[in-house]
Formats: sequence, C-alpha cells, structure tokens
Amino acid sequence: MVYVSLLLVFLLSYFFYFIGKKRALNLTIQQKQTLTALPDYYGYYTVIIILIPAILIWFFLLIFKSNFQEIFVMSPLLFPDIEMWSASKTGLIMNKVTNLSHVVNLPEIDLSVGDKSILKMASESELIAAKNLAGFDKIYGWANITLFIILPVLLGFIATRMISTKLNAQPIVERVISYVIKGSSYIAILITFGIFFSLIFEAINFFRYVNFIDFFFNTSWNPNRAFVINATEGFDQEALKDAFGFVPLLTGTILIATVAMIVAIPLGLLTAIYLAEYASTRVRNIAKPIIEILAGIPTVVYGFFAALSLAPFIKDVGESVGLPVSAESALAAGLAMGVMIIPFVSSLSDDVIKAVPNSLRDGAYALGATKSETIKKVVLPAALAGIMGSFLLAISRAIGETMIVVMAASLRANLTFNPLEPATTITTQIVTSLIGDVEFDNPKTLVAFALGLTLFIMTLILNVAAILIVKKYREKYD
Amino acid sequence: MVENDTLALKTNNVYVHYGSKMAINNVAVDFHKNQVTSLIGPSGCGKSTFLRCLNRMNDVIDICKVQGEFHLNGIDIYGPEIQVENLRKQVGMVFQKPNPFPKTIYENVAYGPKIHGIASTKTELDDIVKDTLNRAGLYSEVKDRLDDIATGLSGGQQQRLCIARAIAIKPEIILMDEPCSALDPIATAVIEELINELKENYTIVIVTHSMQQAARISDKTAYFHLGEMIEFGVTSNIFTNPKHEMTEAYISGRIG
Amino acid sequence: MTDLSKRLAAEKRFKYIAMFAMCLSLFFVVILMLKIFTTGSGAFIRTTIEASVYFDPNTIEVTNESSIKAIKKTSYVNLADQIVKDNHPNLNDEKFILVREMYTRKFDFQLRDYIANDPNIIGKTILMDITASSDLDQIVKGNYPRDVPEAQRKINDYQLSVLDSLDADGKISSTFNLWFFTNGDSRDPETAGILGALMGSFYALLICFSFAFPVGLLASIYLEEFVRPGKLTDFIEVNINNLAAVPSIVYGLLGLGMLIGVFGMPYQVPLVGGLVLGFMTLPTIIIASRASLRSVPPSIREAALAVGATKTQTVFHHVIPLSLPGSLTGTIIGMAQALGETAPLLMVGMVAFVMDIPGGALDPATGLPSQIYLWSESAERGFLEKTSAGIMLLLGFLITMNTIAVIIRRKLEVKW
Repeated sequence: MVYVSLLLVFLLSYFFYFIGKKRALNLTIQQKQTLTALPDYYGYYTVIIILIPAILIWFFLLIFKSNFQEIFVMSPLLFPDIEMWSASKTGLIMNKVTNLSHVVNLPEIDLSVGDKSILKMASESELIAAKNLAGFDKIYGWANITLFIILPVLLGFIATRMISTKLNAQPIVERVISYVIKGSSYIAILITFGIFFSLIFEAINFFRYVNFIDFFFNTSWNPNRAFVINATEGFDQEALKDAFGFVPLLTGTILIATVAMIVAIPLGLLTAIYLAEYASTRVRNIAKPIIEILAGIPTVVYGFFAALSLAPFIKDVGESVGLPVSAESALAAGLAMGVMIIPFVSSLSDDVIKAVPNSLRDGAYALGATKSETIKKVVLPAALAGIMGSFLLAISRAIGETMIVVMAASLRANLTFNPLEPATTITTQIVTSLIGDVEFDNPKTLVAFALGLTLFIMTLILNVAAILIVKKYREKYD
Repeated sequence: MVENDTLALKTNNVYVHYGSKMAINNVAVDFHKNQVTSLIGPSGCGKSTFLRCLNRMNDVIDICKVQGEFHLNGIDIYGPEIQVENLRKQVGMVFQKPNPFPKTIYENVAYGPKIHGIASTKTELDDIVKDTLNRAGLYSEVKDRLDDIATGLSGGQQQRLCIARAIAIKPEIILMDEPCSALDPIATAVIEELINELKENYTIVIVTHSMQQAARISDKTAYFHLGEMIEFGVTSNIFTNPKHEMTEAYISGRIG
Repeated sequence: MTDLSKRLAAEKRFKYIAMFAMCLSLFFVVILMLKIFTTGSGAFIRTTIEASVYFDPNTIEVTNESSIKAIKKTSYVNLADQIVKDNHPNLNDEKFILVREMYTRKFDFQLRDYIANDPNIIGKTILMDITASSDLDQIVKGNYPRDVPEAQRKINDYQLSVLDSLDADGKISSTFNLWFFTNGDSRDPETAGILGALMGSFYALLICFSFAFPVGLLASIYLEEFVRPGKLTDFIEVNINNLAAVPSIVYGLLGLGMLIGVFGMPYQVPLVGGLVLGFMTLPTIIIASRASLRSVPPSIREAALAVGATKTQTVFHHVIPLSLPGSLTGTIIGMAQALGETAPLLMVGMVAFVMDIPGGALDPATGLPSQIYLWSESAERGFLEKTSAGIMLLLGFLITMNTIAVIIRRKLEVKW
C-alpha cells in the first residue's frame, strides 16, 4: 500500500511535467511573448513543486507509521498498567497485537492451525487492540492513497497557475538542483555524526551504570553477573564492576589480529612483489583476479570454515604433539582472518610498487644490481609509504572484523597471549550483548555501544594514521 | 690530437627487433679507449636502443631481441657464461632524465660499491664516496649535506650525482643517453666540461640529439638514420667533410 | 667470482620465496572453493522413500468441493500417520514411532500441496516419493558412518534394517531438491530452503540501491563539479574516506541506535537492514563516481560551455552520461559487498528464525548471509550441507554481480 502511494506520486509528477511544459508553450502562442527559459524547465519546475513536499510527507508518514499505530492502539484503557512497562515489553506486546491484527478478522475457514493457536493464546484486551489496529491500518492505507492522489494534483495545479512568461524557471530549477546535490553530500557528514552521536549517547547511558575507569581497566568480563537485585535497589553495583572489564577484550582482539597479521603481511607483501616484479603479464592477469576473490568472499564463509575445519584440525595437530589446544583457539580465528586479509595487503602493495617509476629501477640495474637487490634496496624503500599505509589499513580491518571471530573464537573472555587458548574480541561481545532481549535501559545492552564507540575510535585513529603516513612520506620523496 | 686508438668495445652485425618491428639494421661501430664517441641522428632512429644494447639493459624488455657481435676487450658480452651484473659493473649508464634514488646523496653514491662488495669498511666507503663526488665535480657543493635527500638537488646537480653514482664502481665504459636534454644551458656546460675531464680515465659513449654538442665534446661520431648507421668517423671529418649524402643532409639541417 | 655467485644465489632464493608466497595464496582460494563445493552439492539432492499413498476421505477433513484456501489451512497430520501405518503394517507403538521418524516430519505439507493442486485425488491411491528425514538422508548420502556402535548413531539398528529392506525393494531414491530454492527456513533440515533469506536480501538490497545510488551520484557530482575547494569540502572528503573504512558492525550499531532507537523503525525488517547497508555502500559509490567523473576530460566540458550551456546543463547533458558506466560499475561492486555483509543484519535483528517468505520490505525477514550464519550454528548434521549450499548460492550471486560490473565497464566505458 505504502509503495503504491509513492508510485502514484511519481506517476502524477511525470504527468504534470508535460502539463507544465505544455502550458508554458501555450502561453507563448497566446500572448505572443517569448519565454524566459526553455519549455523543459517549466516542466521540471512543476515536477519540483510536486515532488519535494510530497516525498517529504511520504517519508515522514513511513517512518512514523509504527509510532502512530502504537499511539492509537496502546491506550491505558485497554492495558491499565501500561505506564509501568519497559520499552521492550511495550514492543513485544505491540508485535503480538500486530500479528493478531492480521488474522483477527479472517473467517474461521481461512485460519491455519498456527493462526488458531495465536488467537487462543491472546488475552481479551489484546484481541480488542488487534481489531482496533486492523481497522486503523485499513483506514490508514486508504487515507494514504487518497492523500497521495489529491496532494500531487493540487500541487500540480498550483504550479501550473504560477507559470507565466514572466517566470524564469531556469534559475529556480537549477538552484533547486544545486541544493539537492549539495544536500546529498552533506548526508555523508550526517552519517558520520549519526554514528558518533548514537554511539556516544548510548555509551554515556552505559557509563552511568559502570564507572569509566572500572570499564577500561578491569580485567574481568562477565556480563551475566549484571543482574538486578530488586526493583528499588536496581543493579548490584559491586557485581557490575566485575562484569564489564574491557582489558580481556582488548588483549583478545590484539592477539587474534596479531596472528592474522603474521599470516597476511609476509604472504601479502611477497605475493605483491612477485606479481609486480617477476610474474609475466599472463601469470599476472590470471593470478591477480583469483587472489582478489579472497577479498570478495563474505566473512561469514571464512567464519564457517574456521569453525568447521580449521579449529578441529588445529586441535588435532596440537594434541598429537602433546599441546593443549582449545576448540575455539585464537589461532584458528586468527589464521582464517589472515587469509582473508592477504588480498588487502597484496592489492594495495602491488599498486604502490607498480607506481614506483621505472627510471629508478633502470638506475639500479645499470649499476649491475640483481633484481632482488633492486627490489629490496630501491623499490621497496621508495614504496614504503604506501606499503605502511596498506599494513595499517589491514590491521584496522582485522580489528573491526566480526563474523570470523563470532563463529570461530570464544564467547568467553580470557586474558591471555597464548594463541592456543580461547579468546574473545570486542566485536564478538558487541554481537553477544545484543542477542536476546534488547533493552535500552540495561547495561548488558548498553555496553555494546560503549564497545562500539571504542572500536570506532580505534579504527578511526588507524585509518587517519595510514593517510598521514602516506602523505608525509610522499612529501619527502617527491 | 693523436689518439691512441686502442679498441675498447667492438660491435658488428647488430640487429635489434621489437617484436616484429626492426629497430636496428646491421650496425657496426668501434669504440676506442679514453675517447668520447657520440651517436647522433634524428629522433627515433635507434640511437638509444643501440646504446642500451651495450650494457644489456634491453634484457629488461621482453619483446626486444638483440643479435650481433659485441666484444668488450675481446669477450662477447652476450655470451652464455656472462653474468649481466658483472657486465654492468664494467659498463655504466647515465640516463636522460636524472634518476637519483630517493635516498641521501651519500647513499646514492654508496649503493653501487655496497652491492658489489667493493668496500669492506665504512672508512673505505667514505673515501670512495668522497673521491667519486670529487671526480664528478660535485663534492664542493654537497660536502656539508651528504645526508640530505638527493631529490632536493637541482636538475644539474642530480645529473652529476647520477654520473658520480655510475663511476663509483669504476667502470671502463660510461654510456650516456642524452644526459643534458633535461637541463638548462649552464648545467649543460658544466656536464660537458665534466665529460671532458672524465675521458682521461673512462671511455665514453654519448647519445645526443644536439649536433653542436657532438661537435663540441666528442672525438668520434656515428650518424644513425632509421636504424642504420650511415657514417662513422672522426668528428671533425663528419662535420666538415661528410662522405655520405644523408649525413650531409642531416648536418646541414635539411632533415631533422 | 664468489661474491657474485652468492648474490645470484640470493636472487634465486628471493624469487622462489616470493613465488611460493603467491602460490600459497592461490592455493588457499582453491581449497576454499573445493571444500564449499564438495560439502554443498549434497544439499541439492534429497532422499525419498516410495510409498503407496491412499488419500482416505475419512481421514481428510475437506472434500474435493472445498476451496483452495480451506484445503491449505487444514491439517493432514493424521493422514500422514495413517499412510505410514499402511506402508509398514503390523507395527507396535514403539516401532511405529521409529519408522515415522524416518519420514520427514513435514510430510503432511507434501500431502497438503498435492491435494491443493488436484482436489479430485481424494479417495484415490497413488505411488508417491516421500521425502526422508534428515538423519536418513545423511545416512544414505554416507555422511553418517554406519559402522559405529548404535548409541553413537542418530539412526538405530531397527531403523537401519527397515532402511535396508526398503532399499532392497528399490524404494529409496534420490531426487533433485527443488525445495532448497522454493521453501523458507525450517526446523527440519530436509525441508529447509533459502527462498525467505533470498527475498529478505533482495528487498534489503533494493532499499540500499534506492538510497545509496541517487544520493551517492548527486553527492559526487557536487564534490567533483560544483564545489569550490575549501575547508568544508576538505572536511567532507576526509569524512567520506573515513566512512569507507569503518567496520560494518559500527554501521549496524548506527542502525540500531538511530533508526530503531530514535526513529522507532521496526526491528528485523529489510527496510532498516537496507538503509544500514545503504549507509555502508554510500562512500564506495561516491568514491567510484568521483573517479569516473574525473576521468571525463576537461575538453568536453569546455566545448559545452563554449556553445553557451550553463554549468548545470554541461554536467547533466554531457558529463554524467559519459561517467555513468563507471558509476554503475562502482555501485554494483559496492552492492555485491553489501550482499555479503552479515554484521549489520545481526544488529538490526534480521537474523532470527523466520519461516514465512517476506512479501515486502516491512515484513520480518532474514538475509542470505545471516541465514548461512544461523544454519552453521545449528547442531543438526543436515544443516551442514545446507550451509555450504547457501554459501555456494551467495558466491554465485557475488561472482555474477562482479562479472556484470566488469562487462559494463568493458563494453560501455569510453577510453580517453
């Protein structure tokens, strides 16, 4: 229903484009005056007058539809103690009522077994609320369509009335266009601010429950201990302190990222060197795309194989030489992550190495240097900036990686630097804290945002450092 | 101006192909010790290609095929037992656009001696660097900033640095591919004077598109045209009394 | 010349080490692909048991006069049990349960679909290939070992004997598992399909494209063509480069905190998932479009201006059409990346068990990668091949999308 009305808006504005254009042309003929702008522009003018208000209103209605539904349905008359409900309980009941509203008015014969049991399990007020909601939805749907027929037509007529030979539509249209494109670029900034704010806002909420210092320097991570003692006292402050210690997450993240880098950096760099300096064009054209496939494979696939094949394999190998290896070892997750990162290092390094001018190589060869000497002493130092940049970006990628560690690493925190032991990372804990009940007033949920903020800042620093290093070295050698 | 005409490098029956295109067609030139030989001719006539054969830099290009005799002190430099890295120790090259390594001045000059193991201690290396820069006429200008990055020097200084880099490994022959074409007249004059001094200790082959330069600095001149060598002889003869009509046409400017 | 020979030896070593590194990287790709293919291909086959099916009108609650809707809503569980009894006569209760377990639990749905297709089948008897349960399916495929002690097996000795006798009668066969493509998720591996997740991802990508492509294109036009370089634009550019490197899970948190928390958008729907993916893909599209716009030579712009076109006309009539292939290529590649992202979907809830196929962007759904994640977490062996098959499908889409992008680039891009 909702999309039909959007479609109507576009269709009507398309239609009115021609009307506007025609009217402009008619005016020249009637009044024997020339237009100040091309007829096209009057068409576009009409479209703008219609589209901008209509789309804004459409979006508004779309986003706040569920809010309207909730306001309409969840009245204290039906649910007396609704004031006391937590946000998640309200959401749950709302979901239930929504599901009910789809079946509550259907004839008996059309109900499936599942539908019947839902109806049986609903309370009286919920059923009434469901019927109300069904009625609301129906009216809402038709009102929507009516609105989005009448509104565009109305706007269209207003627009055509405004068209006259004195009206210069071109600058107006071009100005609107420039606002639209300017606005589009500001959306990028908005997103950054959005990220920052949503993270900070909820993180601050979190820090109301747990002290800043306790969070960042505590070594015990055990969110399950964050329970409510009772309604009046709230959370057990002592238990909270020991529940959210960041340090083991940090060490786990660093441990797994290190393992990944040990794999990815040598393999990636050497591969890049071989492809850029030694390989024939034919080999390069075949091998490079294949290796880039590694970058295109979704991380959930790596996670799957890390958990399924790699971890048991490592465990078996370890046990056969007498080492105790966990089934969720950091080594397994790190190795899988390393393979995933190889193409990042190799692609970026390859580009950078190829960008070193051939005149430098010629200079070295002319002195009688071998190829490897040229690479080691001349090419790589010249490309150093870009290569360092690629390393930093790769590390940033490793730290922010989620699925591989969720599936292959542990969910329990463990303060260790031994890769054979299990470990958990920042990203894993963000995911686990949001599984199950999402309650924005519980530190167990809110910690995800605090962790997210920390992660965001860490990767931001690494990325900015990468860009700065590349810039600084480039200045030095250009 | 009696030359002691000892043969340094002898070439014969040289053919060079880029893929199926022939770039050098049956060229034969002799280069004599402690003399400056210049290769002149219009653009694209194969001078640089021929020059690059002399230190086997064409090996780097896949589609380039070189045939012919190249004898350095009687040994064929394209022979199967020849190590190209050794060859380039004896035959050095300076390029058209100065290409110092993005390293310090000191490191640029020290690079060659280091990889060939010429110096065994730091002091030996220091001495080589100092001596080389002196020979290249650059030492007085850079002696206080040997640790500065080489790319900060002016164009002319960079080219002299490249010359220093080339002679640091004590080659017999120095090949120069239009070394002054990217430099202003003053820097050019400095380099030409340097070449004059260098020829006492080295054999120099220089490709140049400036006839005047060839006339100024070289003892022998070879005129190339479309991949063939038309005439070769003592410079003054080539310019005042060319035997071939094509040489005469180029010298007088009717073809360029 | 021992010095030189040492250097040459070092040269050779270096070359071989570098070549080895490259081969190792290639090797990883090959193993990954092989593993996926061998584990996943099993999902496209399912084992069936041939049985004689009598559509007993006494056990069925509808008749051949009933409406399709009524037929689809009725339960056929009793009919299913009766059919099993008919095909395996004289079983006591305990044995009956064991044999019933060998057939899929959802067998009644197969019956339902059959009747809905042809209500006149009521009262008749036909031979039908009934899907086997997942455990049986795995035994037949050889994924469960038969020669371990009974306690370690999912299929006990009695069931094995029934299986062997059915096999001897030629009643066990394997058929192509179309259900994988037409069903939604299910608790039973043998009837689980990927359609629900596919549609969920489809709607999410649709929303992603509808948001990110226009906004990205317009933003890149502004930044490349209209902007006066200054502090503000530098800031925008730094922002975009940073956004491109932010981990995907942070975008998920943005969706959770802002879209769901502040704007109150619904949980678990492709609309929110798609918007989050759109935020993620936006920087990629902007960067690709800018590069594409930059590659159009200034001479074209000058020519347009010289005949009196305004800046806007120059850009929209001349520059954009020439840069469109590049922008499209970048967009398709960006969307391919978005298709494979799991973390943002997890954050907005598109990862629970959803049986129904979503009909729109506001219906609860999972996405393709999160379905793969869910299946991989399942304890049942039958889901293993489903997971791999899901991965094969996902990779298939990715390869297709990337190939299309490359083809567009080759065919339509003008070389300057």
